[in-house]
Amino acid sequence: MSELSINPGIEIRDSERELQRFRGRLGILGIFVLSLFGLLFLRFFYLQVIQHSHYSTLAEANRISVLPIAPHRGIIVDRNGIQLAHNYSAYTLEITPSKVSDLDTTIEELATVVEISPRDRRRFRKMLEESKRFESLPIRTRLSDEEIARFAAHRYRFPGVEAKARLFRQYPQGDMFSHVVGHIGRINQKEVEQLETEDRLANYRGSDYIGKTGLEQSYEKFLHGTTGVEEVEVDSGGRAVRTLSRTPPVSGNNLVLNLDAKLQEIAYNAFGERRGALVAIDPATGGVLAFVSKPGFDPNLFVDGIDPQSWAELNGSIDKPLLNRAAAGTYPPGSTFKPFMALAALFYGKRTPQQAISDPGYYMFGGHRFRDDKVGGHGMVDMYKSIVVSCDTYYYVLANDLGIDPLSRFMGMFGFGSRTGIDIGGESSGVLPSSDWKMRRFKQKWYAGETISVGIGQGYNSYTPLQLASATATLANNGVMFRPHIVNYVEDIRTREKSPIEPKPLRDLGLNPEHLKVIQDALVGVNKEGTSARVFADAPYVSAGKTGTAQVIAIKQNEKYVESRVAERHRDHALFIAYAPADKPTIALAVIAENSGFGARAAAPIARQVLDYYLLGKVPNKPAPSEED
Amino acid sequence: MHPAVRRLTLFLTRHIDGVLLSAILLLMFTGLLVLLSASNGSFVRTSGQLGNMLVALGVMWLFANIPPHYLQRLAVPVFLLGCALLVGVALFGDIVNGARRWLHVGVTRIQPSELMKIAIPLMLAWYFNRNESSLKLRNFLVAALMLAVPAALIVRQPDLGTAILITASGGYLIFLAGLPWRVIIALTVAGLSSMPFLWSALHDYQRQRILTLIDPTADPLGTGYHTIQSTIAVGSGGVLGKGWMNGTQTHLDFIPERTTDFIFAVYAEEFGLLGNAILLVLLLFLIARAMVITANAPTLFARLLAGSITMTFFTYAFVNMGMVSGILPVVGVPLPLISYGGTSLVSICLGFGILMSINTHKKLVQT
Repeated sequence: MSELSINPGIEIRDSERELQRFRGRLGILGIFVLSLFGLLFLRFFYLQVIQHSHYSTLAEANRISVLPIAPHRGIIVDRNGIQLAHNYSAYTLEITPSKVSDLDTTIEELATVVEISPRDRRRFRKMLEESKRFESLPIRTRLSDEEIARFAAHRYRFPGVEAKARLFRQYPQGDMFSHVVGHIGRINQKEVEQLETEDRLANYRGSDYIGKTGLEQSYEKFLHGTTGVEEVEVDSGGRAVRTLSRTPPVSGNNLVLNLDAKLQEIAYNAFGERRGALVAIDPATGGVLAFVSKPGFDPNLFVDGIDPQSWAELNGSIDKPLLNRAAAGTYPPGSTFKPFMALAALFYGKRTPQQAISDPGYYMFGGHRFRDDKVGGHGMVDMYKSIVVSCDTYYYVLANDLGIDPLSRFMGMFGFGSRTGIDIGGESSGVLPSSDWKMRRFKQKWYAGETISVGIGQGYNSYTPLQLASATATLANNGVMFRPHIVNYVEDIRTREKSPIEPKPLRDLGLNPEHLKVIQDALVGVNKEGTSARVFADAPYVSAGKTGTAQVIAIKQNEKYVESRVAERHRDHALFIAYAPADKPTIALAVIAENSGFGARAAAPIARQVLDYYLLGKVPNKPAPSEED
Repeated sequence: MHPAVRRLTLFLTRHIDGVLLSAILLLMFTGLLVLLSASNGSFVRTSGQLGNMLVALGVMWLFANIPPHYLQRLAVPVFLLGCALLVGVALFGDIVNGARRWLHVGVTRIQPSELMKIAIPLMLAWYFNRNESSLKLRNFLVAALMLAVPAALIVRQPDLGTAILITASGGYLIFLAGLPWRVIIALTVAGLSSMPFLWSALHDYQRQRILTLIDPTADPLGTGYHTIQSTIAVGSGGVLGKGWMNGTQTHLDFIPERTTDFIFAVYAEEFGLLGNAILLVLLLFLIARAMVITANAPTLFARLLAGSITMTFFTYAFVNMGMVSGILPVVGVPLPLISYGGTSLVSICLGFGILMSINTHKKLVQT
């Protein structure tokens, strides 16, 4: 305390001392000021000289944003240029959830400006669950000009909601091509991972959609195109201020198909109310001319994301519209199997064409009675007659003589029981029974009695309509087999350069032409004087065909199948295979009409309409009749 | 020269310190340039700020003409009024941005903490001056209390930035008044050991700012955003800067508060290290002149008041530039004479007016 007390006696000197002390303290503060400013300068030096390039990079990264420009997806046209999938520009109303404080209120208020259906809301909810918060999601698509104008007038009320012009995928042919053209849909997490492993994810920056099924999926790489890049200067709000550089996107390539849209339409409509599938192939190239699975569905529903209710309806329908019956549905071939059986008999030398059996109307084996359709039998039956009248007994005996494994090997050559390798996914392989197969499948040995019904296309046999059509085309093409392909060529949209999907002969089965001739003549006989003669009675061209009927449920030993007594879904499937013109075939096909009874009655008329159009240009005015209609 | 003109010139300049004024005008001019860039070339804010400057210079002239002993007499009433208003704010104040800082007085509303920025140095200087002949440790305790009560009220508003500046202005004054070194050492030790306790007394947002300073990237879009973006602006400026009106961080809106508290980021981005060095020198020049005035002030009251004003000005500048360059937490302190805003401009110029008054009235006192 003493240093602070003032001695009144030396006031002047003391105040002088006080002033000196004050100045000393002020000097200390001066040093303090200098050192802190020095510290600031060091900090500035560190930031602006030593770390300059680091912060420059950060400032550039702030300033420049690389924006992807999504390419236009290639279009899909039929062989005559009819569009099956194309793009059109329309406005959508999109919400970025992270920029909206109360989604429900926003949507309610939005509904007072533009119409928002319950379906729109459900779809939006579903997308919201599957997406990230900062993505903008469409609440309404395909707005009219008037709606856009109305929204624009109320825009200020809806921060986080934007009207955007977008390209939409549209499938103008709707249901008819749903299973072959397929559809696109929003990219999901699994697809993102897939793209990442294939190193293609970068090209999908800016793309919301990817092919999900059909050609849209299998030709995704061609259709998608190359994403462009735009370097823009952005402000802190992410708004583009100006463009610095631009690499334009490269549009996807177009697909030109072998399919004939008109033929497809005729085939599709020929089924009327019936379910089923039809595949028509050009035997000389393997080009697929028609590919019908009925019922179809509207693929346009899937483009913007399907709403849960529509999905439940499609997925839960007893008619299974989402099932691609032509490639993934498997059916016993029934009697359409017989020509291939007969060919196997000639191939292995088990029969000559002239060798005949006497048919009592049944075949006894191991105490079981295998019945023929015709009570009392067909009398004396040689190979030609066995096909023309579709005699079961002949094939029961033949199957037993061949044995299951030789039979299986021969049918395997025609592609039965294995995927054809067609250029869309989702194909089933079906079942070509053999003793090996049974051991693998059931861990049981094959019983000789099981071979008998395989001979008439029943039993374990189960093939896709596509396999049946491909086998028929191979038969029509004298044993030279092509891989079925839907796309004819891929067209580069800029250079117009065409990259054909080459017809690739899979294999020449090396069949004896004389053997083939026997079978081909018999198939012509079927349409001329056999089971389908009435359907083809007045045809101005010569065609070859074979009817078939496949049991859906087993009929007990001594019971007769009576159609009217069987529930509709348990009725037999009607099948028909055909090709024409018989001497130089340009089209081969297989038809299955589910639960429609005898092949001659239900399936053959469908084939007739298809052949009539393809060969004569004749357009039917109503669905193919069942013969009794 | 005509005698009337000579009289007018004398009237206008008699109490103006030319050195201080030129430094102030240079800084103000720099401020206008940067402000024009920060507002993307729009003259609206810049012309508004020019108006503020004219008002501030008027206030400076006015206070330069008020002899220090008038201020000495005003010290106690102003201090008591300030304290009363602060209590009023605590009881009836308006809440703006979560802080209770404003008080309605008739038609307008005022921020009493601004008044305290000048009231506290005045009061403490008056108090030490009155007890000049018999300074005891007790006097320092009383002074500390006179500082602590209003500071505590301001902290509670909460307005940590202003509270720190006021405490600093009082602290400098107490230091200059001769606070014994052993007390200073004891306080430093006590202060350091009570840090954990102080930490727990801080508001969440205040803690967040300090944590953000240590690691701004922890919350890049939240509290760290200001620091990250302003540091990028400073660093990317380099040695020579990007050039006036060419700062990308500035013009693309990445710098928040870029006309007010963060205007230095704009300056540093566009004028670089060279510009920063010039600014530091200019500020040092101003502070040095103010210190010379302080050292030569005639009375203890004048010395303490001048010293406090000088050091408070320095503290403003240091805290602001430290905050923008990322070595101090984000507190709402403008860069004096440069940042947009009339209030701080007027109170800074008022301080310089007092300095000029102290410098020019001392001869009158001595003679």
